[in-house]
Amino acid sequence: MGNRSSNTAGNGRGLSKNARNNLLGYFFIGPWLIMFLAFTVVPFFASLVLSFCDYNMLSAPTFVGWDNYVKLFTEDRLFTKSLLITLKFVFISIPLRLIFALIVAMILNRDSKMVPIYRVVYYLPSILGGSVAVSVLWRYVFAKEGVFNQFLNLIGIPCNISWISNKDTALWCIILLFIWQFGSPMLIFLAGLKQIPKTYYEAASIDGAGKVVTFFRITLPLLSPIFFFNLVMQMIGGFMVFSQAMIITDGGPLNNTMVYALYLYKQAFGYYKMGYGCAMAWILMIIIGFFTLLVFKSSSAWVFYENQISEGNGKKKRKRGGKKA
Amino acid sequence: MSRKARKIWGTVLFHVIICLIGIIMIYPLIWMFFSSFKESSKVMTTVGQLIPDKWDIQNYINGWAGFGGTTFATFFKNSFIVTILSVIGNIIASAMAAYGFTRIRFKGRNFFFICMIITMMVPSQVLVVPQYLIFHGLGWVNTFLPLIVPEWGGRAFFIFMIMQFMAGIPKDLDEAAEIDGCGKIKLFTNIILPLIVPALATSAIFGFYWKWDDFMGSLLYLNSPDKYTVSIALKLFSDPTSVTDYGAMFAMCVLSLLPVIILFLFTQKYIVEGIATQGLKG
Repeated sequence: MGNRSSNTAGNGRGLSKNARNNLLGYFFIGPWLIMFLAFTVVPFFASLVLSFCDYNMLSAPTFVGWDNYVKLFTEDRLFTKSLLITLKFVFISIPLRLIFALIVAMILNRDSKMVPIYRVVYYLPSILGGSVAVSVLWRYVFAKEGVFNQFLNLIGIPCNISWISNKDTALWCIILLFIWQFGSPMLIFLAGLKQIPKTYYEAASIDGAGKVVTFFRITLPLLSPIFFFNLVMQMIGGFMVFSQAMIITDGGPLNNTMVYALYLYKQAFGYYKMGYGCAMAWILMIIIGFFTLLVFKSSSAWVFYENQISEGNGKKKRKRGGKKA
Repeated sequence: MSRKARKIWGTVLFHVIICLIGIIMIYPLIWMFFSSFKESSKVMTTVGQLIPDKWDIQNYINGWAGFGGTTFATFFKNSFIVTILSVIGNIIASAMAAYGFTRIRFKGRNFFFICMIITMMVPSQVLVVPQYLIFHGLGWVNTFLPLIVPEWGGRAFFIFMIMQFMAGIPKDLDEAAEIDGCGKIKLFTNIILPLIVPALATSAIFGFYWKWDDFMGSLLYLNSPDKYTVSIALKLFSDPTSVTDYGAMFAMCVLSLLPVIILFLFTQKYIVEGIATQGLKG
């Protein structure tokens, strides 16, 4: 101990241990802190202020009070439309992606030498899905002469419409692109399934429980924390869908794929209505916050934490989850 | 049916179903790959035929020429500059912040940690307009700086991931090193850093994927062809109102995916295994 304190004095140039730790702490989080202040904190509050202003980058911002917000909700029909489209998009694509991920994870959850290869193939779309190339490709997959119609013809459904330029189906093409990227939640579910002790299933089968009962009584409750985490994160991402909509349809046909972020971009950077764009962004944040809170609040009803029954087991698991080999 | 026969049938059924879904899933990518070698005029007329009659690299030559007098060589160079500089800065800053948050007790630590977690919840749309105004004010528009510099603060997601990894390194190690007269900085660079390489590699790989694919940043800040990254160049190159050369377009799409696919193939075992056993979000 004596050795240590003499050391402290030597290294710290006379500073006390606390002061030295403060200095070191801010040294280490320094790069993050500087960027956080400059590119998150300042823009965050600037955005709030701007949302009450009229600003087109040419003349100085003028304060307009609640005008932007009032205009959005009373005059801007496209705003309401884009909001509804985004809600439809999020609440169709994200649950379907998670459900599909769960189904495939359950199928893949068995011992086979091929499973690692399958995992890679299924994960590939998640890696590539955000790229411009895949969005461009998507446009031609669902074009009139595209691969999708060819596939339908092959299985005996004659189809000759352009899914991208039809106002009823265009949004579904983007939804499908999102479901297509089910690989990353699938891998996470697979990890979750592997952690469920086999003894639970053995006990259930001794008690005469069938596959369906086992699924709803064991698998689903034990996976619910993972499902919950994924639901929150993917939902937030879903609300911010932008590049796919811009590249595949650019909001068309008849603004039927004008998702919220795309409309915001067009207002802010197409018409240079910066204040209006900021007001839209704040509404988006409130909406995301609302649904996140809703999921959190409802989670106590449907998310089941294992340490509710066995404290020790749950702890062990979390420890394992934190470590990475 | 005997139990054994049923088990074999089950296995066969499993492989058939999984292969079928897998093929349907990656068929569009396969189709794009083969189409890029077809004669350009035949790409959209022979959709049903997967394998080209004649393998032709003319599409790659035509596509590589780019547009506006700028070739794809420039776009790829720009993308690599932006991606690599971002990722390096990002990883260094993330590792430092993670170390600061987990291993040093300083005033305000909890407050800033909570701030960091909250940033993960703030939609980028809220920040985008003021950020644009800041970069515009700094005169950084149409340079790579707006795409690179903010990354030098690290990403909350990576910081959090590295922190979780660091939690697995016993604190006794720090204490032992400090008793031996090792300062916190030396402890970080010489002892902790080598131990967290796996977490840093994972962060770097995902950082590369995300930055390489980043479209919004390029769209906002780059406006002359000599500055374009691959993602924005590809978007303009394949503009539906002007594109006629489908072959060249697909060829460049394939090339733009190559860095990501190559990186993925080299690291898939590590990444997929990592997520599949640890359940980290990818």
